[in-house]
Amino acid sequence: MTLKGQILAADGTPLKVKLAQTNRRRRLRAIWLVTPLLLFVGITFLIPIADMLFRSIDDPVVNRLLPETSKQLESWDGRGLPPELAFDSLASELRARRADQSIGKLASRLNFEKSGMRSLITKSGRKLKKIKEGPFKEKLIKIDKKWKDRDTWVVIKRLSSPYTGVHYLAAIDRKLDSEGDIVFQPEHRQIYVLLWVRTLWISVAVTVFCLLLGYPVSYLLATLPLRISNLLLILVLLPFWTSLLVRTTSWIVLLQSHGVINDLMVVLGIIGEEQRIRMIYNQTGTLIAMTQILLPFMILPLYSVMKTIPPSYMRAAQSLGASPAWSFFKVYLPQTIPGIGAGSLLVFILAIGYYITPALVGGQDGQLISNFIAHHMKFSLNWGLAGALGSILLASVLLLYWVYNKIVGIENMKLG
Amino acid sequence: MADTVDTLVKFSKVQKSYDGETLVIKNLDLDVMRGEFLTMLGPSGSGKTTCLMMLAGFEPATHGEIYLDGKPINDVPPHKRGIGMVFQNYALFPHMTVAENLSFPLQVRNLDSGEVADRVKKVLGMVQLEGFGGRRPNQLSGGQQQRVAVARALVFDPLLVLMDEPLGALDRQLREQMQYEIKHIHENLGVTVVYVTHDQGEALTMSNRIAVFNEGVVQQLASPDDLYERPDNSFVAQFVGENNRFSGKVTGLNGNSCTVELDVGGEVHALKVNVGEVGEKTQMSLRPERVEVNPPHGKYQNVFEGVVKELIYLGDHIRTRASVCGQDDFVVKVPNSSGHVHLKEGEIVKFGWKMEDCRALDAKK
Ligand SMILES: Nc1ncnc2c1ncn2[C@@H]1O[C@H](COP(=O)(O)OP(=O)(O)OP(=O)(O)O)[C@@H](O)[C@H]1O
Ligand SMILES: [Mg+2]
Repeated sequence: MTLKGQILAADGTPLKVKLAQTNRRRRLRAIWLVTPLLLFVGITFLIPIADMLFRSIDDPVVNRLLPETSKQLESWDGRGLPPELAFDSLASELRARRADQSIGKLASRLNFEKSGMRSLITKSGRKLKKIKEGPFKEKLIKIDKKWKDRDTWVVIKRLSSPYTGVHYLAAIDRKLDSEGDIVFQPEHRQIYVLLWVRTLWISVAVTVFCLLLGYPVSYLLATLPLRISNLLLILVLLPFWTSLLVRTTSWIVLLQSHGVINDLMVVLGIIGEEQRIRMIYNQTGTLIAMTQILLPFMILPLYSVMKTIPPSYMRAAQSLGASPAWSFFKVYLPQTIPGIGAGSLLVFILAIGYYITPALVGGQDGQLISNFIAHHMKFSLNWGLAGALGSILLASVLLLYWVYNKIVGIENMKLG
Repeated sequence: MADTVDTLVKFSKVQKSYDGETLVIKNLDLDVMRGEFLTMLGPSGSGKTTCLMMLAGFEPATHGEIYLDGKPINDVPPHKRGIGMVFQNYALFPHMTVAENLSFPLQVRNLDSGEVADRVKKVLGMVQLEGFGGRRPNQLSGGQQQRVAVARALVFDPLLVLMDEPLGALDRQLREQMQYEIKHIHENLGVTVVYVTHDQGEALTMSNRIAVFNEGVVQQLASPDDLYERPDNSFVAQFVGENNRFSGKVTGLNGNSCTVELDVGGEVHALKVNVGEVGEKTQMSLRPERVEVNPPHGKYQNVFEGVVKELIYLGDHIRTRASVCGQDDFVVKVPNSSGHVHLKEGEIVKFGWKMEDCRALDAKK
C-alpha cells in the first residue's frame, strides 16, 4: 500500500515510523538486560576513576578556609605586597578559623607548600585574638616579619584557587618556584621521572620477553595434534589456577640468594659460595616474575590467531620457491600481527600498572610507579599525588590504545 | 604430446606410512609423462593427497624413490623442487593483494621488477582477471580466487603443477566452467599437471590419463575411454560410471570369452578379462547403456526376461530399473529416440546384451 509515495504498514501507520517503533522497543529491551552490568561498572569503575581524576586537581583547603582573602589576592599581580584589604580579610578570617578550630588544617596545608608557614599561621592566629582594631597590615607585620615577605603571600595566592596542577608537576619531579615558574624539585626529592622511566622500561622488557617466549609456544600449540596441544594449553593455563601470591612467593624460594637456583649452581660448581647471584629483590626479580605471570596473556591471543592460519599457507609459500625462513617472515609472521598486537598491548597495559609482584620481589630498585601510588594512598595519605600518578598512568594506557588502533586497528584484535 | 613423450615424474616402489603400522601407499609405481594431464581418482582416504604431498616434498616417502626430470628428489626440500601447487582452500595469502600474491614466486626468484610486472599482467590476462591485481583475496568470489590460485601456481613457469581437489569448494556450474578453463590452460601452456579429485566426471572430462586409487594401490592407469569402457577389475568398473553387476561361477573358457553360471541360475556369455580357472568365482560388469530392451530375436547371445520396477524420465533417456537374473537393481538406459519402446511398470520384457559388453572380472566384492 502506498500513499503519496509513502509505504504504509498493514495498520495504516507509515512503514518507517513502524520500523522505528519496533527497533526502539528492541533497543529498550536490550538496555534493560544490561542495566545491572552498567550500574555495576558505573559504581565500581567509572565513579572511582572520576574521583581519582578529581582528587588529582582538587585543592579546596585554602579557598574554603580563607574565602575572602582568596578573592582579594585574585587581583594582586604578585609584585610588592598585596593591598591593605587583603591583610584585613586575612586577619579576620584567621581569627574566625581559630575560633572554629580549623586553623590547624589551614596551617598544615600551607606548611606542606612552604615550611615555616605552620608556625606563622598559628602564631598570628593566637596573637590576633587580642587585636580587635585595624588597620591590620602593620599589626600583622609586627606579629611576624614574614608578613612583609612577598613569598609568604605568593604561597597563599597560589593555593587560593580550588584547583591545582601541582600534583601533576610533582608527579614529574617539578614544582613552582616563588616566581611561578616550573622548576625541578631539589635533587634529593627527584624520584618520579626515574620511576616512570623504570616502569616503562620494565614493561617494555616484560612485553618483549613474553613475546619472545610466547611466540614459539603459541606456534606449537597451534600446530601440534589436538591431543598434545590441549595438554600444552593446560600447562600454559596452569598459572591461572594458582594464586598470584603463591606464584610470586615461589619465585622468592627459587631465586633468593640461598634459594634453589643459587644452591644448585653452587653445588654444581658453576659459581662459588661467595659469588651467589642476586636475582631477587631487584629489577631482575621483577622482570623474571612478571614475565612468567604475564606470559599467558601473550600466548592466548597469539594462539587464537595462529589457530586460524591453515598450514597450507606455509606450504604454498614453499611450493612457490620460498625457503622456510622466508615463508615464515613473509607469509606467517604478517598474519600473526593482530595477535602480536593484542598480546603485547595486553601484557604492556597489565605490566605498566602491576603492583603485587614488584612489591614482593622488587626490593628497592624494582619498585614501579604503582607501588608509589599505593604508598601515597596508604602511608603518606597524599591522595592528590596518588591521583595525579594514576591519571598519568591511565592517560598513557589510553594513548597506547589509540596508537594501537591507528596502526593495527582495534577491530583486528583477537583476544582468544 | 605423442612424439615428445618422455617421463617427467617417476614413482619407483614408493611406500608411505604415517604411523609405522599401516601402509597408506603400497608399493607405488607410476610414471607421469611430460606435458600430460594425469588425474589421481579414488575414494576418500585412498592416498591421493599423500602421493601429491610426497611429490611436492611436504611428506617424506617411507620407502622408495621419486624422480623428477630424471633426478631423485627425495632429499630436495619443497622450495627447491620448482613444482607449482594449487591447494583445495586456494591458500592465497590474505595479507597480500592479488598482484602481490602473483609476484611472490617471482620475487623469491629475484626477477627484476619490470619482468615481474610483465609476467603478473600476462598471467592475470590468462585467467581473465585483468584489473583485479589490486584486490585482496577476500574481495574476490570463490571462482576468482580459484583462478588466482591457478595463476600463482603457473606464473613462475614450473615444469609440473599439482592440484589437490582445486574445484571442491565451487558449485556445480562454476566447477564445470573451471574444468574447461584449466583444461585450456593446460593445452595452451603444455605444462604437466597432476590433478587429484574424487569426482569421476571431472576426471573423465579433463584428463589424458587417470590413475584410479584404492587403499594405496593404483587399480588401473588408463585413458578416460579405456577406463570407462574397459575396466580391468571390479573396483574400477564400480567406481567409474554406473554398472550392473552379476556374480557367478566360471563354467567354460573359450578364447576371449567365457560362460558363467549365475548364482541364481542361468548362463551368461561374457568377455574374459580378469578371471581364473573354470570353477572359480567371478563378477561381471555391464554398462546400463549397452542393454537393449526387447531386442530382435537372435541378435544377442545374452537375453533374459525381467520385470520393470521403476521408470524415471530424464529427458534424453529413460532410466529403467528392472528385476533381472535375481538382481533387483538392474538398470537400463532407454534412449529417448523416436520410436523407442514405451515401458510400463510391472511389465515383463526381454533384455539383451552383447558378449563383449559384459566383462567378467575378479570376484572381489
Ligand atoms: N598427517 C597424517 N597423519 C596420519 N595419517 C594420515 C595423515 N594424512 C593422511 N593420513 C591417512 O592416510 C590415508 C590417506 O589419506 P589421504 O589424505 O592421502 O587421502 P585422500 O585420497 O587424499 O582422501 P580425500 O579424497 O578424502 O582427500 C588416510 O587413511 C588418512 O587417514
Ligand atoms: Mg585429499
